[in-house]
Amino acid sequence: MNTVARIVAPIVVGVLLLALWWALSANQGRTVLVPTPGMVGEELVAHGDIVLKATWITALNALIGLGLGTLLAIVLAGVAAWLRVVDWMAAPVVAAISVVPIVALTPILNTMFGASSQFGRQLIAALAAFVPVFVNVLRGLRQAKPVQRDLFAALGARGGQTFAKLTLPTAVPYLFTGLRIASSLAVISALVAEYFGGPSNGLGTAIASYAKSGKASLAWAHVAAAIAVGLVFFLVTVLIERIVAKRIPV
Amino acid sequence: MRFETKAVPDAIPAVRAVGIGKTFGKRGKAVNALTGIDLSIAAGEFVSLIGPSGCGKSTLMRLVADLDAPTGGTLEVFGKSPKAARLEQEYGIAFQQAGLLPWRTVVQNIALPLELHGVPYAERAERAQQLAEMVGLADFQDHRPDQLSGGMQQRVAIARALAERPRLLLMDEPFGALDEMTRERMQGELARIAAGSGAAVVFVTHSIPEAVFLSDRVVVMSPRPGRITAEIEVPFGKDRAELLRETPEFFAKVTEVREALHGAPVERANER
Ligand SMILES: Nc1ncnc2c1ncn2[C@@H]1O[C@H](COP(=O)(O)OP(=O)(O)OP(=O)(O)O)[C@@H](O)[C@H]1O
Ligand SMILES: [Mg+2]
Repeated sequence: MNTVARIVAPIVVGVLLLALWWALSANQGRTVLVPTPGMVGEELVAHGDIVLKATWITALNALIGLGLGTLLAIVLAGVAAWLRVVDWMAAPVVAAISVVPIVALTPILNTMFGASSQFGRQLIAALAAFVPVFVNVLRGLRQAKPVQRDLFAALGARGGQTFAKLTLPTAVPYLFTGLRIASSLAVISALVAEYFGGPSNGLGTAIASYAKSGKASLAWAHVAAAIAVGLVFFLVTVLIERIVAKRIPV
Repeated sequence: MRFETKAVPDAIPAVRAVGIGKTFGKRGKAVNALTGIDLSIAAGEFVSLIGPSGCGKSTLMRLVADLDAPTGGTLEVFGKSPKAARLEQEYGIAFQQAGLLPWRTVVQNIALPLELHGVPYAERAERAQQLAEMVGLADFQDHRPDQLSGGMQQRVAIARALAERPRLLLMDEPFGALDEMTRERMQGELARIAAGSGAAVVFVTHSIPEAVFLSDRVVVMSPRPGRITAEIEVPFGKDRAELLRETPEFFAKVTEVREALHGAPVERANER
């Protein structure tokens, strides 16, 4: 009963939204601005290859950025948890990164790495992913209780053993909290970064150019693809979290 | 199940403290937690520490365990520095809180010390299983701590302390979270384990009957500053039956400890 409701409820919402969309567009004959769901669907079928290619580029940028940012965040959080000084040095930098709007950095980075490189975009995604992972992992690395630390000391555990068997497992749920936020942020950032220079491909570039050239349906088709990428990133993260949680329940 | 421990030359005391002091914090707001602690615990001896809250029982135990350093005096564990004793796994310890790892099962928690010291999987699994049985958790071996009651968690912690067959057991109010029935059963178990293994035990408790039932000697402490005010021998031998709890000798000892604790003779409850 409950599981049925959990599946049916979002579907109902989706259908209602589609109906609203359709009513807004078709009934008022403004399909040039707001195409009907059917028109968008037709574009997806007709130009699937174009949409797929753009999707792939943006998704790969987001994935590389997410991986890079997460890796950097974990390593830096590990060092910051280990050495207070590093934490004090990193705190203002992280605070600064977290308040810099991505749009402000994007043109600079895109120019830095040239018009043919995706690296500026990947770096933007990495920066966006870095902050939530760093903040959460650092917090997680400090959650082991004093009595647990005393136990490991009493057992004569080496530093590496305490880290591997106490500090790290304690931090894992916090890592996933950060990752869940970071995965969506990485996709959004990679996409938005395309509006500000770099190679002329990817979902963001496509949406901007098709919208300007009056191909609203095709632009919306790309928007749909962008939503799908964001969802897939989020769901895969949740799935990995589930699998790990089964082995390391909190 | 037998609990042989590493062979001990009986002459070397398990714990030897001379003039131990411990002050927390700097001048101004320094807390004098312990002063002039002289205490010698023989190998195989069961000693209880009893005293009001804040008198430094946990602190003394932490010094023996080398989790804190004394600010004065000399302290030896089996003739070695506490640090050497800790690194050589001379003691097993159970804290006031169970301190289990929530992502590990009962047996995995019990096996942790063995795992850290490189005991092969099959061997430590077997030992952990035996220990789980001994503390009455045979049916809960693969449960996680959050599926256990507080008392069951504490029993896991006790089993874990026994994993390395230490010749010194440090226990800080290990039965505080148990109900009276389980508590008495665990006291019986502990008395049996301690006698069978020949391990010395330092046992912190707030319960006078518990201290008397278990100990060869009860050390009474008093706060501000934390110090030893009395030591009471409990010469009931190693093999103690449940019936001991109902003998006049037992009640006499309980009264003696209570009077030492209160610093003056007190009325007996049954004489009022
Ligand atoms: N890390 C610490 N820093 C400062 N003061 C401390 C610290 N640990 C203990 N103390 C102080 O030392 C004194 C003794 O504390 P301790 O925990 O040893 O008491 P206890 O006898 O175990 O009490 P209880 O029966 O409540 O467990 C207390 O006054 C306490 O405030
Ligand atoms: Mg205490």
